Amino acid sequence: METAHGPAAMLISNYVFPNDLHVHWSMMIVLYPYITGLVDGAFIIAALYYLFDVKTLKPVARFSLLFALAFLCCATLPLLLHLGRPERNLNMLLTPSPSSAMAGFGYIYAVSMGVLVFIVLFVYREDLVELRTTSKGWLQLLYRAMTFDSIDLSKDALELDRKIIRFLVGIGIPIAVVLHGYVGFIFGGVKANPTWSTPLMPVIFLFSACVSGISAIILAYIVIRKIKGRSIDHGCIKTCIKTLTLFFIMAFAFEMLEVFSHSYLKSGYHHMVEGLLNGPLASSFWLWQVKICSVIPLFTLGVLGIFRIKTTLYNFLAAAVSGILLLQVLIMRWNVVIGGQLMSKSARGYTQFHPEWWGREGILAVIIVMAIPFIILLVLSRIFPFWETDNEIKAK
Amino acid sequence: MKILNPSPKLNRRSFIKKVLNGTIAGSLYLVWPMKGVSLEIPEQIPGIRGKDYDILNREFAFIVDITRCIGCGSCCVADKREYNVPDGNYRTWVERYVKGFSDNVYVDSPNGGLDGYQHPRTDIDEKIRDTFFVPKLCNMCREAPCVQVCPVGATFKTPDGFVLIDEKRCVGCAYCIQACPYSARFLNPVTKVAEKCTWCYHRVRKGLLPACVEVCPTGARKFGSMKDKTSEVYKILKGPGVLTVLKKEMGTWPALYYEGARREVI
Repeated sequence: METAHGPAAMLISNYVFPNDLHVHWSMMIVLYPYITGLVDGAFIIAALYYLFDVKTLKPVARFSLLFALAFLCCATLPLLLHLGRPERNLNMLLTPSPSSAMAGFGYIYAVSMGVLVFIVLFVYREDLVELRTTSKGWLQLLYRAMTFDSIDLSKDALELDRKIIRFLVGIGIPIAVVLHGYVGFIFGGVKANPTWSTPLMPVIFLFSACVSGISAIILAYIVIRKIKGRSIDHGCIKTCIKTLTLFFIMAFAFEMLEVFSHSYLKSGYHHMVEGLLNGPLASSFWLWQVKICSVIPLFTLGVLGIFRIKTTLYNFLAAAVSGILLLQVLIMRWNVVIGGQLMSKSARGYTQFHPEWWGREGILAVIIVMAIPFIILLVLSRIFPFWETDNEIKAK
Repeated sequence: MKILNPSPKLNRRSFIKKVLNGTIAGSLYLVWPMKGVSLEIPEQIPGIRGKDYDILNREFAFIVDITRCIGCGSCCVADKREYNVPDGNYRTWVERYVKGFSDNVYVDSPNGGLDGYQHPRTDIDEKIRDTFFVPKLCNMCREAPCVQVCPVGATFKTPDGFVLIDEKRCVGCAYCIQACPYSARFLNPVTKVAEKCTWCYHRVRKGLLPACVEVCPTGARKFGSMKDKTSEVYKILKGPGVLTVLKKEMGTWPALYYEGARREVI
C-alpha cells in the first residue's frame, strides 16, 4: 500500500464524477476521424502520382481519387448522427465561434470537397467529354457542366488540364493535412483530458491517416483486381507498400512516443493514463493495437522490404498487412476517442463503455455508415472508370 | 315577527349582477399587472432591485465552506427541483471524502448526494481518521474552456461573469462536456443540448440567492456581490483566510472558491 502521495492512494476509491459515467463521444466519433483518415491517405497516393510524378502509382492514382471522394461524401454522416440536435448543424457555418477549433470544420470540409471534386473532373475530362458526346437530354447537360462546357481534347488542352491538376493537387495536400490535422487538434486541444492533451495528437492522427488510406487502396486494388480476374501491377503494389512502410514507421513511432512521454514526464494525472493503458485498455491497446496490429505488420513490412519474395506471396502479404493496418488505425481511434473518455476527471476512477446495437450511434448504424461509401464508389465506377488500363482495353 | 319574502325577480337580477361582478373582478385580477411573485420574497442580494442592472459593473463570487457542509443533500434537491434535472445528471452534487489512518482516500457520491449521506460507508476495512463533504457545481471560470471550444457560440460568458448556455443555439456536439475539467456539464437526455449549473442567474437578476445557497442549512454555500463591501463573500475573499480553487493548474481561473478544502480534493 502506498502513502497518500502515491498514485494507488488516489485511485483507491475508484470514484467517477457523476456526470462522467456516460461516454458522450462514442462510436460515431471513432468513425469520423477514421473516414477522414482514409480520405487523406488515399489522397496522398494520388498526390504522389499527379504532383510528385511517382509513375509506378499510375494504376491506382485515379482509383485513389474516387475512393477519397466516396469517403469524403460520407465524412459528415457520423457527425450528424452524433449531434444531439442535428437539425441545427448549419449553425456551425452560420454562427461559427472563432475561438473554437471545431468551428472550422464546415469550411475546411467544404474546401476539401470542392478541391477534390475539381481534381476528379479534370482527371476524367477525357472520359466525360466522350460521355457527353454519346448522351442526350438532361444527362448531356450534366456532362456539359462536368466538362466545364469544353470538348477540346487537343494536346494543348490536355496539357493545360495536367497543369491544373498539378495545381489543384498541390493545394489539396495542405488542405488534406489541415482537414485531418485539425481533427487531431480537436482532441489534442482538450486540456481537461490528459491522454488527449498533447501536441503530438495531430501528428499521430496525420500519420495514422496516411497508413489507413494507403492500406485501404492496396487492399481494395488487390481484392477488386482479383475478383475481376485482372492482373495486379507488381511495381505499383511495391511502391504502395514502401510508402506504407514509411508512414507506418512514423505513425507507430509517434504513438509509442506519446505513451513514453507520459510515463517519462510523469506530469499531472499521468497515473490516470498509466492506469488506463494497463487497466481498461490493457487488451485493446497493448494486445490489439500494439502487439497484434502494429508489431506483426512492422515485421511483415520489414520482410516485404528486405527479402525477395514471389509475386503471388508478396501480393498476399501486402493485402494481409493492409487489412491488419486498417484494423490497427480503427483500434487506435477507438482507444483515443473512447479510451480517453473512460478516465473520469475525478482522477480517481474509470467508467465503462458498452456499445449498443441499435440507435443512432449503435453498431448497426456504424455498419451502414461504413457501407455507404462503397455504394457511392459503385455508382461512381459507372461514370468514372477506376483503372487506367480499362480505358486502354476499351480503346482496343 | 313578519318575514318578508323577497321578490324572486329581484333575487335573480341581483344574483346575475353578483356573478357578473365576480367574473369581471376575477378576470381583472388575472390580467391586471401585479407585483411579481418574487418581489414578495425579501431581497437576498442587496443593491439589485429597484435599479438598472448595470451588467458591466457587476461581479459575483461563490464560496463553498467545506468545514460547514454536513452532506444533507438539500442543495441537490433544491437544484433538481429548480431545473427539473433528469435523473442521472447533475448540475450540482456533493461528494463524501473518507480518509483512513493509512492515508487512503475513499470518495463516493451515490446519486450525486441527492439522498443525503444518512449512513456511513460500510465497505471500508480500516479505521477512519476523517470525513468531510465537498459540494461541486459550475466553477464559472474566467478563462472557461467550454466557452472557448463551443463551435457555435451557444456557451457564452456574460459581462457580469456568468457562463451560460443558449439552449436554442446549442447543437449538442458535447465538445464543451469534454473540455470542462470539472465535469460540471452533461447532455440533457430530453432536450439533447448541453446543460450545467448557472448559479441560478435568473434568480440573481431578481436579487435572489441561488436555490442551493438559499436552502443550505449550515451556510456552507455562500454567494454574493463582490461590488458590495458588506457582503459575506467580499469579506471572506478580501480577508486573510486561505481560499483555494479546483484544478488551479488548468489555468481556468474559477470564480468558485473553496474554504477549508483539503489537498485530497480534486
